[in-house]
Amino acid sequence: MKLHEYQSKFLFREFGIPIPNGQVAETPDEAQAIASQFGAAVVVKAQVHVGGRGKAGGVKLARDADEARRHAADILGMDIKGLVVQQVLIDPGADIQQEIYLAITNDRGAGRPLIMSSMEGGMDIEELNRSRPDAIIREHIDPILGLNDFQTTLIASAMSMPRAHWRSFGKILRGLYRCYIESDAELAEINPLVITGEGKLLAVDGKVIIDDNALFRQPKLAAQRDTSGEPESERLAREAGITYIKLDGQIGCMVNGAGLAMTTMDMTKLYGDADCIGPANFLDIGGGASPEQVAAALRIILSDEKVQCVLFNIFGGITRCDEVADGILTAYNEVKPNVPMVIRLQGTNASEGNAIISQAQIPTIISADTLTQAAQLAVAAVKERA
Amino acid sequence: MSILIDRNSKVLVQGITGRQGGFHARLMMAYGTKVVGGVTPGKGGEWFEGVPVFDTMRAAVRTTNADTSLVTVPARFAPDAIIEAADAGIKLIICLTEHIPVADMMKVVAFCKSRGSRLIGPNCPGVMTPGQAKVGIIPAMVAEPGNVGVVSKSGTLTYEVGFAMKNAGIGISTIVGIGGDPVIGTTFVDVLEMFENDPETEKVALLGEIGGSAEIVAADYIKNAMTKPVAAFIAGRSAPPGKRMGHAGAIVDGGEGSADEKIQALEAAGARVANNPEEIPSLLA
Repeated sequence: MKLHEYQSKFLFREFGIPIPNGQVAETPDEAQAIASQFGAAVVVKAQVHVGGRGKAGGVKLARDADEARRHAADILGMDIKGLVVQQVLIDPGADIQQEIYLAITNDRGAGRPLIMSSMEGGMDIEELNRSRPDAIIREHIDPILGLNDFQTTLIASAMSMPRAHWRSFGKILRGLYRCYIESDAELAEINPLVITGEGKLLAVDGKVIIDDNALFRQPKLAAQRDTSGEPESERLAREAGITYIKLDGQIGCMVNGAGLAMTTMDMTKLYGDADCIGPANFLDIGGGASPEQVAAALRIILSDEKVQCVLFNIFGGITRCDEVADGILTAYNEVKPNVPMVIRLQGTNASEGNAIISQAQIPTIISADTLTQAAQLAVAAVKERA
Repeated sequence: MSILIDRNSKVLVQGITGRQGGFHARLMMAYGTKVVGGVTPGKGGEWFEGVPVFDTMRAAVRTTNADTSLVTVPARFAPDAIIEAADAGIKLIICLTEHIPVADMMKVVAFCKSRGSRLIGPNCPGVMTPGQAKVGIIPAMVAEPGNVGVVSKSGTLTYEVGFAMKNAGIGISTIVGIGGDPVIGTTFVDVLEMFENDPETEKVALLGEIGGSAEIVAADYIKNAMTKPVAAFIAGRSAPPGKRMGHAGAIVDGGEGSADEKIQALEAAGARVANNPEEIPSLLA
């Protein structure tokens, strides 16, 4: 779960990391009121879950409260890469002498937390990694020991940071590590951490991503979820406890197991791409595939109006395909989809399952033997309706 | 021969009195796996299908001499259960549990290494040596004994491929489901190395997916250290970047972990990569 910039920075403040004394506005009036309190230049920053908001015009400097109001009016309601800006952060302007990059993330390969830092902050870390990989200092943390004090010195020194800042940098790094651990973050990033004209360190921008699997023990953070950019179908799925991701294609996919679900998507694209046909979603129905689950999943898939065909791909292992077939027919009668469905059952009792489907003699239901055939039939069904 | 488990493996099931744990313990027993007991705190002294239930792993290991354990407990309790198994001296710990926080897994993986315990998973279907034993939830019907090793990040995709191999008359030495989480106990390379050293395994099928770089590291190993042929499939070519596709680890993030880069690396390493999992049997023939 991604936190907004303001949520990330307010979280940093709880761990003793200095941040600008900004506030969030949802209207131009609020923006003006906040800016007038600061009585100096402010930055108006769109709060959306996408990168590149600066380039899209979502971050603007204002010399006074009136200008802050005008910028807020421009930015609020702006569409940045498909997301509508509903909040702006009004931060007092900072006198920036130097921009530092500092982040802690999970290094999957090493199975350890990784601190990345650089005196060349401000720009995107991936860009920096491409252009100047040597400018990034990397230090792994033993997950059992945690961050040792000597490591903060090691990092500051490797970065060639002026000694005058080591103490406050060490304090910020320790705070960020505590924030990363205690918030179950998969990323806690300050970019930039600036050195101001007064020689102070200040976290001017921040990004925190929380591990979804840890949200059960992070109720305060879980409550900060912003669902405004979430498609309706994804919201329904989340509430039904079904793993679903909306995509752009026409073939709704209902599959058991994440790996097989991705594979099924890939197959629709493999055979449909030449005709601009592809998967409408990722959906893992999980084990069992009871009539209730199938009906709920079917409703979610069909709530996407682009869907022209639903492809079922179920591998019956411990679940038997004849039970799955019964479940699909029950769900079909309940939901009454108005698009064709291609059904492919494989594994335990597959022939019994396919017999149940064909005996039902529903004209819009097509049976398939192989995954290849199922994908080809689904693509053909979409073409027919075009 | 096989890798990791065989008919002599002595298995404890952690969570044997739970619905999942009990259900699969019975199926494992029916397959011929030597399940020697189970552990459920507070239920020590009870019996399950003729095997004893213990309160603690230490007591269970002392009494049964088990060398393998299967962790089937929910995510909130699974890290503790894995650590308990490693602490009790279990050499092979297989964890099915999904949704364990990564922060917990980083500690657990480090602890297992420090104790010399091999952890498989979490969020995996387990391990099966066809005709001998299975530890986990892999359905018995997906594989016959043979000489192809299978290593995979996913469950049903593995069943799909195993079943297609079986229908093509190709048998399997061992199936290892390593799991789809970002931080796991055993990686592709660990398993490839075991297959390379296993005299009964002649070829290997590797089933990967988007996210992370484990397949790239595996490609390096295949290129530099493997003599046995490898067929592979990578799921998620059509997945958009930045979206987590079901498995916690299945995300193309910051330009890293795309299917195309993995396919290229595997092909460059000499592996035969299928466009479609149904091609795997022909690539192994």
